[in-house]
Amino acid sequence: MSTAKTPSSNGKPKVGVYVCHCGINIAGKVNVQETVDFAGTLPNVTVAREYKFMCSDPGQELIQKDLREGLVDRVVVASCSPLMHEPTFRRAMIAADANPFLFQMANIREHVSWVTPDKGAATEKSKALIAAAVARIVLHKPLEKTRVPVNSNALVVGGGIAGIHAALTLADAGRKVYLVEKEPTIGGHMAKFDKTFPTLDCSACILTPKMSAVRSHPNITLWTYSEVAGVEGFVGNFNVKVRRKPRYVKEDLCVGCYECVEACVFKKGVTKDEFNVGLSKRRPIYIPFPQATPLVAVIDPESCVQIKRNKCKKTCVDACERGAIDFDQKEEIKEVEVGAIILATGFKTFDARRISRYGYGKYPNIYTSLEVERMVNAAGPTGGEVHLKNGEKPRTVGIVHCVGSRDSRTNAYCSRVCCMYSLKLAHLIKERTGAEVYNFYIDMRTPGKGYEEFYEKLLKENVHFIRGRVAEISDWATIPEEEGKLVIRAEDTLVGAVRRIPVDMVVLSVGLEPHDDADDVRRKFNISCSHEGWFLERHPKLAPVSTFTDGVFLAGACQGPKDIPDSVAQAGAAAAEALALIDKGYVELEPNTAYVQEEFCSGCKTCVALCPYSAISFNVEKNISSVNGALCKGCGTCVAACPSGALQQNLFTDEQILHEIEGVISYV
Amino acid sequence: MSKPKVGFYWCASCGGCDEVVVDLGADILKVVGAVDIVFWPVAMDFKRSDVENLADGELAVSFINGAVRSSEQHEMVELLRRKSQLVVAFGSCAHTGGIPGLANLFDRRAMFEEAFFNVPSVVNEEKVVPLEEYKTPQGIVTLPNLWNTVKTLDQVIPVDYYLPGCPPPVSLVGEMFNKIVKGELPPRGSILAPDIALCDECPRKETKPDKMSQKEFKRPHEIMIDPEKCLLAQGLLCLGPITRKGCGAACTRVNMPCTGCMGPVSNVLDYGMKALSAVASLADANDEEEIEKILCKVVDPVGTFYRYSLPASLLHRHYQPVVQGEK
Repeated sequence: MSTAKTPSSNGKPKVGVYVCHCGINIAGKVNVQETVDFAGTLPNVTVAREYKFMCSDPGQELIQKDLREGLVDRVVVASCSPLMHEPTFRRAMIAADANPFLFQMANIREHVSWVTPDKGAATEKSKALIAAAVARIVLHKPLEKTRVPVNSNALVVGGGIAGIHAALTLADAGRKVYLVEKEPTIGGHMAKFDKTFPTLDCSACILTPKMSAVRSHPNITLWTYSEVAGVEGFVGNFNVKVRRKPRYVKEDLCVGCYECVEACVFKKGVTKDEFNVGLSKRRPIYIPFPQATPLVAVIDPESCVQIKRNKCKKTCVDACERGAIDFDQKEEIKEVEVGAIILATGFKTFDARRISRYGYGKYPNIYTSLEVERMVNAAGPTGGEVHLKNGEKPRTVGIVHCVGSRDSRTNAYCSRVCCMYSLKLAHLIKERTGAEVYNFYIDMRTPGKGYEEFYEKLLKENVHFIRGRVAEISDWATIPEEEGKLVIRAEDTLVGAVRRIPVDMVVLSVGLEPHDDADDVRRKFNISCSHEGWFLERHPKLAPVSTFTDGVFLAGACQGPKDIPDSVAQAGAAAAEALALIDKGYVELEPNTAYVQEEFCSGCKTCVALCPYSAISFNVEKNISSVNGALCKGCGTCVAACPSGALQQNLFTDEQILHEIEGVISYV
Repeated sequence: MSKPKVGFYWCASCGGCDEVVVDLGADILKVVGAVDIVFWPVAMDFKRSDVENLADGELAVSFINGAVRSSEQHEMVELLRRKSQLVVAFGSCAHTGGIPGLANLFDRRAMFEEAFFNVPSVVNEEKVVPLEEYKTPQGIVTLPNLWNTVKTLDQVIPVDYYLPGCPPPVSLVGEMFNKIVKGELPPRGSILAPDIALCDECPRKETKPDKMSQKEFKRPHEIMIDPEKCLLAQGLLCLGPITRKGCGAACTRVNMPCTGCMGPVSNVLDYGMKALSAVASLADANDEEEIEKILCKVVDPVGTFYRYSLPASLLHRHYQPVVQGEK
């Protein structure tokens, strides 16, 4: 049913109102017919219709037909959020030769039908929102989008497997890439693993060729030991400042020969070795691991006596034939222009100390999974041997799943990788030590290519599986067999009994968490975080690598827990999105920008420094402010601040907003 | 042909607006030469009946200053409206409520308690308060009803023109008389002052830095004021950017920050809200605690931002419960 009045032709606005059922999403709560009848009574409304799915082709065709026949010249669609379908309807307007900005959405789904069980109230609120949209749209003016060119360089932040893959993909496509990594080497977590599940490939063997490719790629500028200090600009034209920390070793001279490391006045390691997650110690001058990329030594200013106290024999300097050591190196700020940014900053592992009943840090033979990863690694601190603190091989090992995951007291989410890496570690431990291995799991989650098969394989390897969350780990023995052992207490939910399993060694399968500085990084790049702290994608299903900031993309675990294949796939997707942006060559800017009504500007300069995008400058000749439309993002900060109301914003003029408010109020 | 008749009247005001007419100096003779003043209680001996005896519309213009806050003022402005072709809201109080409008922070009872009981210099052991009616042996004496809410002139009667300022600048008063006499008035509803903010005519404008934000707001007595430099840039809360020009920057020329008596420019609906939003955006800080520290230095925010315009505020008292028998 629809109500169509004869078109008026006296230059008065002709508003068409189209109410969407969205299947039963809207129609289940809102009385659509009543809403349409109401819309038909509003001033300037010439057409009011409803349709099951306005976003479908026939729905759009309804609008286009009315536009072409001159029944309407302005369109209000009452449906979902503008984020969802504003672009759809604007495109439909363009296809019907109408200006896409003579369009307004009333959100009666997210703001109405989805948020109330009350059908009457939903219908009334829909009417009010439609009245508001109709009231404001008569003041809309036709607007044009402007185009600005896109810089063809890209920035990748984070040199783990995701960042490496994204950088290589872009570089192979001929784009210049800046890869920034905060550690002295790229490689990330993957460089620390021994084997990867479920194929048991050697992690280093598949990763290090990609690391060297990064190093030698003519299109990649690699900045390790560096962090992004600030980002300005907008999609296609970001200006990025990168802070390069001094490593006190000249990168272009050092060949990674280890002579300096051997020559250091400290003959043994003095500081926790970050790469071996604290299982060993390193010297003040060090190379993180033999395949570090770049293979350049770095001096830790916290432990180097020359840097701390300025008195050392400086044996490292003497040892370096190439004269690469430079204690006078200073922090450097590099400034680059890029068109697109990919964030691949990864994750940190859950701090097992937070669950005190699991005894990490209290009992010597309780390890985290990452520590055991290093232990089983042939290049690790124990040369691939799994042993207890006293040097003996464990005869029984318990692996505790879901440490810090799937628990509302820590993290409610599943970390996705722990089941599989626990199975992998179970296999490797059994292989290396012949120990009895017990897995304590809640649910075995093995979706993925070859994953379930790997689980099957483990079941046949005589690894024990106990279904139940571990309650406590202690050294409290109740029977002689438990003396000197760690006792894992858990309810075996398949047997229906509480069990006590004495073991020599415990592996805590810690979950994945966002970095502590994720919020700072988020602010720097002006993107959002989910409530857990993971970077928020633009759409969970349809835009998983985009963010709400155009030109900033996500890859890998910074967006949420991910295993290696998923991280790589996402990195490829992010690179493709970045390429699509760069290769298009230009971006269209929304015209919802601010502008100065010159005759009202008193030149008070209140606005000039407020603009977060540096879009406002002061015109000294005219003695007034002016806005650079290409830089303006339409945030409205200056408009709110302008003491004279001289600054206005397209699509959000005071008049339009007031009319909108009056539309609601006059209905209520 | 007889000269056009005009009247002056004052409501809730200080008398400064009447004074400014006298401040025209010799030019007042030109005014008197062009018009007949038939009502001006503050200066000449006219009675209410003189107005009542005029025909409706016989007055060419009434210049009414002061806010409206009593039944008597209400009767008088309605009477003048009926007798006048044009009504000019003269000065800040008539325009946007002015200083008397700050009484709207309280209700009538609270004001009476303060004025008749609590003020340290008052001795009122019998707790006497003014009554609207009082029986005496000689008969009943009455006083006008004092309203609970102070109103602007246009909240009470239709107003044709506004002349802002506390008091309106002499130059604008002279200009207004010229326009009236020559019949060159702008469209009805206009404010008879330039429609751009004070910075435009402030002699300190050139000294403004690009970054106007402040780490600390200061009061004039707290610093040695640089006589050349933009006052806001010195941290003083100068409301020049928010305030209509036309005064010739009378205050900022003599080291005093603008307090906003000329009201907002026409793009701004609510002076205080705009002032608040503009000043808040000048706080040079990003975390909430620091912002609060900076803005806490604004002593008496309502009295600062709404000094002259509380009754004209958009949101003001819209949800005030109506007290029985009071307006």
